[in-house]
Amino acid sequence: MNAPAVAAPMPVLDGWFTLDAERPQLLGNRCARCGTVYFPKLKSGYCRHPDCDGDAFDEVPLSRTGTLWSYTNAAYQPPEPFAQVDKDAYRPFAIAAVELAAEQMIVLGPVVDGVGVEQLKVGMTMALKLEALADGKLTWKWAPAGAMA
Amino acid sequence: MSRDIAILGVGMHPWGKWGKSFVEYGVVAARAALVDAGVKWRDVQFVSGAATIRNGYPGQVAGATFAQALGWQGAQVNTSYAACASGSQALAAARSKILSGECEVALVIGADTTPKGFLKPAPGDRPDDPDWVRFRIGITNPTYFALYARRRMALYGDTLADFAAVKVKNAAHGYTNPNARYRKKFTAEDVAASAMLADPLRLMDVCAVSDGAAAIIVSSVDYARRLGKAGAPRVAAVSTVTPTFASALVEMPDIATDSAIAAKAQSFRAALPAKAYAEAGVDPADISVAEVYDLSTALELDWIEDLQLCPRGAAARLVREGATTIGGRVPVNPSGGLACFGEAVPAQALAQVCELTWQLRGQAGARQIDNARVGITANQGLFGHGSSVIVKR
Ligand SMILES: [Zn+2]
Repeated sequence: MNAPAVAAPMPVLDGWFTLDAERPQLLGNRCARCGTVYFPKLKSGYCRHPDCDGDAFDEVPLSRTGTLWSYTNAAYQPPEPFAQVDKDAYRPFAIAAVELAAEQMIVLGPVVDGVGVEQLKVGMTMALKLEALADGKLTWKWAPAGAMA
Repeated sequence: MSRDIAILGVGMHPWGKWGKSFVEYGVVAARAALVDAGVKWRDVQFVSGAATIRNGYPGQVAGATFAQALGWQGAQVNTSYAACASGSQALAAARSKILSGECEVALVIGADTTPKGFLKPAPGDRPDDPDWVRFRIGITNPTYFALYARRRMALYGDTLADFAAVKVKNAAHGYTNPNARYRKKFTAEDVAASAMLADPLRLMDVCAVSDGAAAIIVSSVDYARRLGKAGAPRVAAVSTVTPTFASALVEMPDIATDSAIAAKAQSFRAALPAKAYAEAGVDPADISVAEVYDLSTALELDWIEDLQLCPRGAAARLVREGATTIGGRVPVNPSGGLACFGEAVPAQALAQVCELTWQLRGQAGARQIDNARVGITANQGLFGHGSSVIVKR
């Protein structure tokens, strides 16, 4: 349904997710001491759990699927740095907040093109996908798991 | 009570889009507060300013700028920056100074001039800045309010009509408020007819940004007594706690919550008034009036529950029953709230305290609540800033 990725897809953010076209994953890191997972990756070098002195972190891929916690859409084109299109060409897109069971966290992301809010329901299973923004840069997006290829 | 300070005077510059400098607004509010207090500017010993960066640049946007505009007279000065809670932090600074005996009477002041359109991040690629990241993938401020609103619909069965009812109520409250920017009554049909912004929220569900200023003269209880104002409303608590790890909600500007693997997920919004109640020794059942940060209509419902004015999930019913309308059991946003004011960031938390002061003094005119004795404010802004203030008489 979506155009295949070009030869060398450029991610919108370096190191935030794998570029596996079929089974992409967000990349976080995990405190070796208390197990807290961070996404985006914690870069301060010191665990944010107030009772943890952890200062060693391992890169971990996040769960590919989760439960839809809530959703909305962007009826108007967001301002820059969101890649802009002509006002007439803009199509509202949905945005999902997805709860990951293993990580016990909620991660936001746009929903894949062609899936509007009317096709979403709190509690449904969502899966991670990669799709290009208007400037061709790849970002992570959420898609209803049933709609996955 | 030795932990209280007195509110001697309050003043505002009306909210709106006036195209003037924040300093002019601040001076109008400060002079009104001084007149209201019956305190001479030269007697003010401490100036506590609430700042916002976008008015100018740090250093200029500061308590000293207002002090200069009023006429430098050698007062001590302080500046607080805490996003939407800047005003409360400035109030907390004045309270500490007064309770420690370092000063007796202080001016707390915040003023804002706002840009047009979406609030957006400064230019330049900043992948380590969560505010830049979320705009890069298309997540704006209304996204967060809409996610919370949709979650209420799924969890508690709230409807679009419930959200619209909040707007209708606040519009009716602010209709006669001379400091409000929007003084127009709206119907549920008006709300339903406004354009969709972030499903399920429409333009009329979300507040605008405004110019405005608010100022408060506070003093020790002794000073108030000497001035013949022993009965002045008192600030009984100022809560400016940070969130506690792990965050239960995705907060603006983040794109994820903390992981709750090693720590219980906790609500920041609920923590703010909880600290204020404990500090003041006040029970939620004692509250006669609340001013809350209705950045969206649905968010007012969240705040009502965070303030423990009803059980979790019951706020929409409270609104439907009219309990939060002036004349009801516990009126919420009698000023008209952000729905009628629009947000003027460093002034807004102080404007909430001004409204409680007028209500507790019985000077709120057509908005007056019968026998208001204890009021509470609540607000939350970016980057872990928030506050809750309790005022009593
Ligand atoms: Zn840790």
